[in-house]
Amino acid sequence: MDKELTAERGIILFNRRRHHPPPEGIGMGAHSIAEELARKQKDISVAEFFERNKQILGFDSLSRSLITAVKEGVDNSLDACEEAGILPEVIIEVEALDKTEYKISVEDNGPGIVERNIPNVFARLLFGSRFHAVRQSRGQQGIGISAAVMYGQLTTAKPARVRSKVAESNVAVDMELILDTKANRPQIIKKDYSIWDKHSGTRVTICMKGRYITGKQSILEYLKGTAIVNPHAQISFKDPSGSTYVFKRASDVLPPKTEEIRPHPEGLELGTLMRMAKATKSNRMSSFLKSDFSRISDRVAKEICDSAQIPPELKPANLTIEQAKQGIDAIAGVKIMAPETTCLSPIGDSLIKKGLKNVLEGLKPSFYAPPVTRKPRVFAGNPFQIEVGIVYGGEIPADQPVEILRFANRVPLLYQQGACAITAAVENVDWRNYGLEQRGGKGIPFGPAIVLVHFASTKVPFTSEAKEAIANVPEVREEIEQALRTCGRTLKVHLAKDARRFKTREKFEIVQKVLPKIAEKSSIIVGKPQPDLTATITKIMDIVWVDDRIEFAGKRHKVTIDIYNYTQTGKKISFYATVPDGHLSFGSVQPKAEEVKEGRIFWDLKRIASMGKTTLTFELEGLEKEMYDENELYAAGIDPSRIIGAEPLPGDWGIKVAAPEKEEKEPSPDDEENGVDYDSAKEAVADE
Amino acid sequence: MSDERHEKAVEELYHIAEELYGQLGGGKVPHMKIPLRTKSNIAFHPRSMVWKYGSAMGVRSAKKLSGAYMLLRTLYMLEFINQMIKEKKSSTLREMYYISEGWDMAKFSSQDESNNLAEDLEIVTMCMREDFKLRPEENGASVLGNVTIQEFNRKGEKKRINCRDDVGDSGYSLPYNVEADKIKLLDHDADFIMAIETGGMFDRLVENGFDDKSRAILVHLKGQPARSTRRFIKRLNEEMSLPVVCFTDGDPWSFRIYASIAFGAIKTAHISEYLATPTSMFCGITASDILNYELPTDKLNDKDIGALNAELSDPRFNDRFWKDEIELMLKIGKKAEQQALAKYGLDYVTDKYLPEKLTELGVL
Repeated sequence: MDKELTAERGIILFNRRRHHPPPEGIGMGAHSIAEELARKQKDISVAEFFERNKQILGFDSLSRSLITAVKEGVDNSLDACEEAGILPEVIIEVEALDKTEYKISVEDNGPGIVERNIPNVFARLLFGSRFHAVRQSRGQQGIGISAAVMYGQLTTAKPARVRSKVAESNVAVDMELILDTKANRPQIIKKDYSIWDKHSGTRVTICMKGRYITGKQSILEYLKGTAIVNPHAQISFKDPSGSTYVFKRASDVLPPKTEEIRPHPEGLELGTLMRMAKATKSNRMSSFLKSDFSRISDRVAKEICDSAQIPPELKPANLTIEQAKQGIDAIAGVKIMAPETTCLSPIGDSLIKKGLKNVLEGLKPSFYAPPVTRKPRVFAGNPFQIEVGIVYGGEIPADQPVEILRFANRVPLLYQQGACAITAAVENVDWRNYGLEQRGGKGIPFGPAIVLVHFASTKVPFTSEAKEAIANVPEVREEIEQALRTCGRTLKVHLAKDARRFKTREKFEIVQKVLPKIAEKSSIIVGKPQPDLTATITKIMDIVWVDDRIEFAGKRHKVTIDIYNYTQTGKKISFYATVPDGHLSFGSVQPKAEEVKEGRIFWDLKRIASMGKTTLTFELEGLEKEMYDENELYAAGIDPSRIIGAEPLPGDWGIKVAAPEKEEKEPSPDDEENGVDYDSAKEAVADE
Repeated sequence: MSDERHEKAVEELYHIAEELYGQLGGGKVPHMKIPLRTKSNIAFHPRSMVWKYGSAMGVRSAKKLSGAYMLLRTLYMLEFINQMIKEKKSSTLREMYYISEGWDMAKFSSQDESNNLAEDLEIVTMCMREDFKLRPEENGASVLGNVTIQEFNRKGEKKRINCRDDVGDSGYSLPYNVEADKIKLLDHDADFIMAIETGGMFDRLVENGFDDKSRAILVHLKGQPARSTRRFIKRLNEEMSLPVVCFTDGDPWSFRIYASIAFGAIKTAHISEYLATPTSMFCGITASDILNYELPTDKLNDKDIGALNAELSDPRFNDRFWKDEIELMLKIGKKAEQQALAKYGLDYVTDKYLPEKLTELGVL
């Protein structure tokens, strides 16, 4: 667990400000504390600082303290594993020592921490990190594991225990640590070595006052959320009652490492510019702009200097406030490329789906809307990216507000839902368009759905130091709304399909179950042979039914499509199936297709007789099982309302299908059978 | 009940099965046409002076899942009725509901459903449910007053009963069958019939000796009156030429009780001629009474308001008196029970309220 890389940024910054002015984007909104602290920095005791800033640090209530401690441990473990390229395995245990005292331990299979660094990592509040450039990372969640250690020490007077083993060492080191709150220095109470049956890893155990709760804001919920957005991690949790929950790893692929980028000039603040100018190694304004910011070329640097009337050869340290102001104005007027997005690590649609499936499968949802990963965008010079997933149906309660799972940089946000831009975006979307209930088209919708929103950015614009809600930045909120709408559309299509399938199921029930029984009973009563039901069945059904399925075997997806004609006449249909690029096994298409191109198979089905059936098959190769779990089927040449299981051709295909020259003539409908439905027209008349 | 009527019922039911079978054979979707049982499809029949179903027909078709199931249930019910007639048995409506447990997927999902289907069959075949050997399980009303009847009891004996002298304070209890083959009306010494909604008021009038003093035959309706109660009132009215007044609470549901006695109920509009007494008068609590007598009240709830509004568009209530009273009740937003009259003492209802009202109606 290399703390040098992942330590507590928020606090580190102001501790080091005298040496390295931090660039914008790292402070994470910790400025106000920073300033406050800087003023009183003379001799403030760490304990006093902690006491004052409990809320900011996430230790303001007994129940939240436990969650915060677990969070810090888990975030650090995940970061450490990812940095080291190890698939994380995190084991969390919370044990009740008495009514208000708990023992928390978090263990990982990360690279371990070298012995000499352990005390500082766990028991020194402001222990340093290297200069940190702009990149997406966790650990925006407060102050870090040392704060948890100190909170434990302050509330129970017990030391923290750390065990760690690096791969090169044969033994693990065990330490008991306390934090000298006057000097802010670690003290080793006890040190020992022991055999640990683990290649490498770290375990930290802290005793603290707390309250263990279940429900929406609980450790289990936090871990559930963490498991959803970190499908590459295996997380197990033993709660105080001894129950163990295991979130199994759903993907063996580590998220790609993010690259660090320099700050982007858009949205640059005056103070930041001044600090950077003072600290830069460059001797000329032009080279300072070019080397300390991203996306500034020689030409752009010159343009900025010209426009701001700053001499390009000016020594940055001599930049006046007036000049800096003009510089900022100039930056706004110059066209600068959007920041690189290699610094972002979106989860990706297929992994979001895997994560959701992995954790929520117990609710047996009937539909996972294909998750949406939007293209990166920028607010105030910070690249960000929105991802959205929707899960629908099953045992998700239908009569309650939709559950919103909020994430910032792969960390679940549990508190302050009402103040969050994600919530605002959900409330702003008119969900009635997408099949959920919503009074007046505003507010959190109702329905059996869970909405996931992930905000990935180099800087999360939290509303406050509590870091639990994303500020309502218009660019961000609108982008979230867009993503929600896109995802909502697929939900709506699914629900419409579902409704039609339901109606069709009813029809099947009529013709397969009830009608034969009516025929049987009536023929017994009148004492005559059973009539042939074909004509009646086609009159009731009056649709073409497409029944498709996918089987996965031998690394191949085998798709079978049965098309039943339950109408009264023969039908000619142009039928299309879309297939993923480059994965169709050409020889497998049966019957022979008219055309295979642009990822589409086209069959020209000349005639399916009334009550007849045609079967189409094809196979895909080289895809993972989850990569293909729903067929996309389209049909033309038939009234779309008369075919169930295939959609009309999308307009953007630009395919025109000529109407069949000779439609077989259908018998005219029987007026006798069509009238006011007696059973639904009946009023609730209870006047005997 | 004569065998002829049962034979006719069997024949009519057979026709239903025959028609469904014929539709299937002809490649049609099986269906039945039934007059719509809605308030928009009842019409006043000048000759009988009651409200009956109009000409609007609904279709119960196997195109709909619910319709298909109802048709299947119809066939099961036909079989069951035929069997009962053949075996000279009968069953209550509730028993029939339980019998359907053995009908596999055709079993009823509620007793309302089976009761309604029995009525559907009455309408389609123009028979009565008694012809199908089906009877209600509930008893009819209590009768107390100087009227003498003769009942054929379960032992086949003729039993002569005076409904004042031969019964206790709770009166003579009506059987479910009140037709002439069961009950003969022999004699009376009374001026009118008073139908009373609640048991509390019935007892009050009995205790106060209202039947004797005012020469009234008291009938306790027990809420929404059963068919036999309405039929018995009609027979007393027609065969003994006694006027009928209804004394109910003052709320929309009580207005419907009166309507079912005087105009004919929507649910049983196919047999209104047998059940309704068109000359019945209303002396229950009205909105005007609430104001005039300054009665203690309850607030109308949402259901009450809905029911009152429904009555405004109910053709049976389409006259000046009812429109005014319903609108007034909606306006004051209040309802009152008959027993609210006790505000002025226990004798007030018999000494003051009823004499005033009945004089107004010309009964006294």
